[in-house]
Amino acid sequence: MNAESNLIPVLNIDEEEVNRQMQICNACRYCEGFCAVFPAMTQRLEFGKADIHYLANLCHNCGACLHACQYAAPHEFEVNIPKSMAKVRLKTYTDYAWPQKLGGLYQRNGLTLALSSALGLGLFLVLTLLIQGSLFSKIEGGDFYQIFPHNTLVTMFGSVFIFSILALVLGVVRFWRQVAPREKLQQEHAPVLMQVGEAALTLKYLDGGHGQGCNNEDDAYTLARRRFHHLTFYGFMLCLSATSVATLYHYFMGWEAPYPIFSLPVMLGIIGGLGLLVGPAGLLYLNYKRHPEHGDQAQRPMDRAFIVLLFMISLTGLLLLGFRESTLMPLMLALHLGFVMAFFLTMPYSKFGHGFYRCAALFKFYLETLKDNKSKR
Amino acid sequence: MIDVLIIGGGNAALCAALMACEAGASVLLLEASPREWRGGNSQHTRNLRCMHDAPQDVLVDAYPEEEYWQDLLKVTGGKTNEELARLVIRESSSCRDWMRQHGVHFQPPLSGALHVARTNAFFMGGGKALVNAYYRSAEQLGVQIRYDVPVEDLEIRDGRFVAALVPEREVNGTRLAAERIEAKSCVLASGGFESNRDWLREAWGMNERGEYPSDNFLIRGTRFNKGTLLKRMLSLGADSIGDPTQAHMVAIDARAPLYDGGICTRIDCVSLGVVVNNEGKRFYDEGEDFWPKRYAIWGRLVAQQPGQIGYSIIDSKAVGNFMPPVFPGNKADSFEQLADQLGLPRETFVRTIQEYNKACRPGSFNHTELDDCVTEGIIPAKTHWARPIDTPPFYGYALRPGVTFTYLGLKTDKTAAVHFADQPSKNLFVAGEMMAGNVLGMGYTAGVGMSIGTAFGRIAGRNAALSSLGRSPA
Ligand SMILES: Cc1cc2nc3c(=O)[nH]c(=O)nc-3n(C[C@H](O)[C@H](O)[C@H](O)COP(=O)(O)OP(=O)(O)OC[C@H]3O[C@@H](n4cnc5c(N)ncnc54)[C@H](O)[C@@H]3O)c2cc1C
Ligand code: HEM
Ligand code: SF4
Ligand code: SF4
Repeated sequence: MNAESNLIPVLNIDEEEVNRQMQICNACRYCEGFCAVFPAMTQRLEFGKADIHYLANLCHNCGACLHACQYAAPHEFEVNIPKSMAKVRLKTYTDYAWPQKLGGLYQRNGLTLALSSALGLGLFLVLTLLIQGSLFSKIEGGDFYQIFPHNTLVTMFGSVFIFSILALVLGVVRFWRQVAPREKLQQEHAPVLMQVGEAALTLKYLDGGHGQGCNNEDDAYTLARRRFHHLTFYGFMLCLSATSVATLYHYFMGWEAPYPIFSLPVMLGIIGGLGLLVGPAGLLYLNYKRHPEHGDQAQRPMDRAFIVLLFMISLTGLLLLGFRESTLMPLMLALHLGFVMAFFLTMPYSKFGHGFYRCAALFKFYLETLKDNKSKR
Repeated sequence: MIDVLIIGGGNAALCAALMACEAGASVLLLEASPREWRGGNSQHTRNLRCMHDAPQDVLVDAYPEEEYWQDLLKVTGGKTNEELARLVIRESSSCRDWMRQHGVHFQPPLSGALHVARTNAFFMGGGKALVNAYYRSAEQLGVQIRYDVPVEDLEIRDGRFVAALVPEREVNGTRLAAERIEAKSCVLASGGFESNRDWLREAWGMNERGEYPSDNFLIRGTRFNKGTLLKRMLSLGADSIGDPTQAHMVAIDARAPLYDGGICTRIDCVSLGVVVNNEGKRFYDEGEDFWPKRYAIWGRLVAQQPGQIGYSIIDSKAVGNFMPPVFPGNKADSFEQLADQLGLPRETFVRTIQEYNKACRPGSFNHTELDDCVTEGIIPAKTHWARPIDTPPFYGYALRPGVTFTYLGLKTDKTAAVHFADQPSKNLFVAGEMMAGNVLGMGYTAGVGMSIGTAFGRIAGRNAALSSLGRSPA
């Protein structure tokens, strides 16, 4: 063990605030039924830096425990768990990001996403102009490989995507090392992983513990946020699988794009695209309606920029499909590729990381639950 | 004119409002507090004691009527009314579906409260979530709700409610004129008088040391239960019940806020160590019984000490064996240091601990049963869980009496009617803490406050609606 790990890391202001509030919650525990955070809390008497980072990412920002808290402001204890957790959560994204220097991009994330979008759009508009001489031209059969050859796209997007996923995974691994230093994956963890999968895929902890959902603008429960997230998430996954299927078709079947409307990749893309249109639109609406005390106001630009980026990806993708036989195709293609590139570039430094960090925290939660159950037996 | 006026904004008031509304009456609810403080003591609650003959969703085993009744009989020492008590008990077995309809969610017992898994159903998110759900439901059903309306007086004519009087007042910098609000019938559900400092002083008086003990009481619940209407009703000749000088008190962390400290300020380590007063002396058997059965007497015990303060002292062996306290305790490596930190006379304090340590007989410590670790040769003895305080660091927590509620209330019958000279009023009803003394004349057992409030809130609401429609109470 090196010398450093013997030191108890000092908490910063935001972590200290979580620590203070957790002491109150741990003496109260009324919210135990809402989510995973409180059962995880009751397993602890003290909250060190690692515990706080873990709990912050376990919190789904559902708002239930704020509206139910008898110690929320104007009470002098001023307990607001979703807010204090959100502040630390952003800090964890920033601190664990790889490479560390780029973690700073989280601090002005709205700007980061705007700039990368501008960059992506600029890049592809200029490239289209260079290659095609114009943004408007009709291409037979809507074959966009005539503008950007397949291999060029694969090289550009593939490399960025691989880097980004790698960076993201490295960040999450750093997070994991901090919050669960001695955990190694074992065979008996398979069921635990299933639990994590279920909790993430169903967004279990946005159901309020009673199935009626989380809070948005006030103390009433709603399933809207969960449902719009499902549309967003599954829409995104379908779009991703559309691209994957197309890649398989290309390399293994030798079938080249463009594919007809009633082909697997296009159908996946259309359904996914619609999900990724309606989902983010709903999330954005809810985000604007959100109770001002939920989460960290300062992070709204990050959330909104991410939502808008997803929406734009989907919108331009669907437009590209709709106009692929027309002269608008090159323009639509440039726009779509530009937004997708912006998304890929910022994946490890945008709100996209939340899913990964949350899954890691859920994994730790179910591991702890397993151990706790064992020790009780 | 409105049909039913509800005065108060806690559990009993809301139950009454919802029932009156369901019975077809137009309802206006007046809550003294601003919206953000609504819900009285009910916002601090966590569970409801429920009779059940077989396992029921979150409740295990059975808790039959007779056992519930015997428990009530025991804790009240007979200061109860069997008819009304059984009414509450039976209602508690059937009211939860209705509560669910209005948005209340239940959950299994919280960790640290497993001893009531059989008898008590816990509210998911606690009492504030319950209160929020009721307010939402009431709004949806069309109940008019007004905040910042502390009713000061009532117009009663021949035992009938005529109108409620609200004084001129300032709300958020705006002056609001005095009001007179008429209604065909009325439910009083405005709680006890625990946050009325003058009344507490009057009730507790001066002790032999010349102190007013109640000045050092902390109030665990709302600052809005000043007993204004209770006092007015008594001077208007309503029949009363319960001892005006009694209050339910527990020992809580002395650093708790003056009001609304709620559940989290309790100190659960008393039975694991010793408790001394500000003279550094022990004064009662800390290990008499399980803590949940004893915490209520410790409020009174501390109230009787000089300065109304006590100090719970443990060593590090006890850490982790009790619910974590909300504020960190004073921590020291020696008794002398701890005495200095707590401001206790060093010599007496150290002597007290040393004498206690010497008196501890060897035994096999087990905090989950009444074990055989006892002291010998000291007064007061510690009769269970007596282990020497010898493993530093040592911890000290200052304790103060924390008032949960007062017992004085209005006499009523199974229709929830207010009585004047033994005659039930035709249109004035009472529910909740304001009449709990009919069932709970003394003592307490977890979850019964909400059972009484829910049962009588519902009865009062229904009967107020019937009365407003010119029918007699059922
Ligand atoms: C910390 C704590 C924890 C508790 N936990 C439990 C528990 O787990 N289970 C349980 O059964 N019981 C519990 N109790 C007891 C329980 O709170 C009461 O029995 C119950 O809430 C009483 O309900 P109520 O509606 O009569 O009074 P309250 O909920 O106190 O409501 C009184 C209302 O009247 C309003 N009011 C007061 N004066 C006026 C006026 N002049 N004009 C208009 N409005 C007025 C107040 O603002 C308040 O809204 C607890 C009490 C405390 C303090
Ligand atoms: C993998 C598991 C995932 C989990 C467990 C998860 C969980 C959550 C939770 C709990 C929230 C709400 C709290 C908050 O505002 O921070 C949220 C918000 C959001 N998620 Fe996810 N998510 C996952 C993956 C994804 C993916 C892959 C996408 C899209 C590509 C996505 C898009 C969004 C968006 C747009 C929001 C913002 C909502 C807002 O700010 O109002 N999520 N996610
Ligand atoms: S959020 Fe409030 S009510 Fe919930 S456990 Fe914490 S202190 Fe208790
Ligand atoms: S905001 Fe929701 S998810 Fe976060 S701690 Fe509170 S109840 Fe749990």
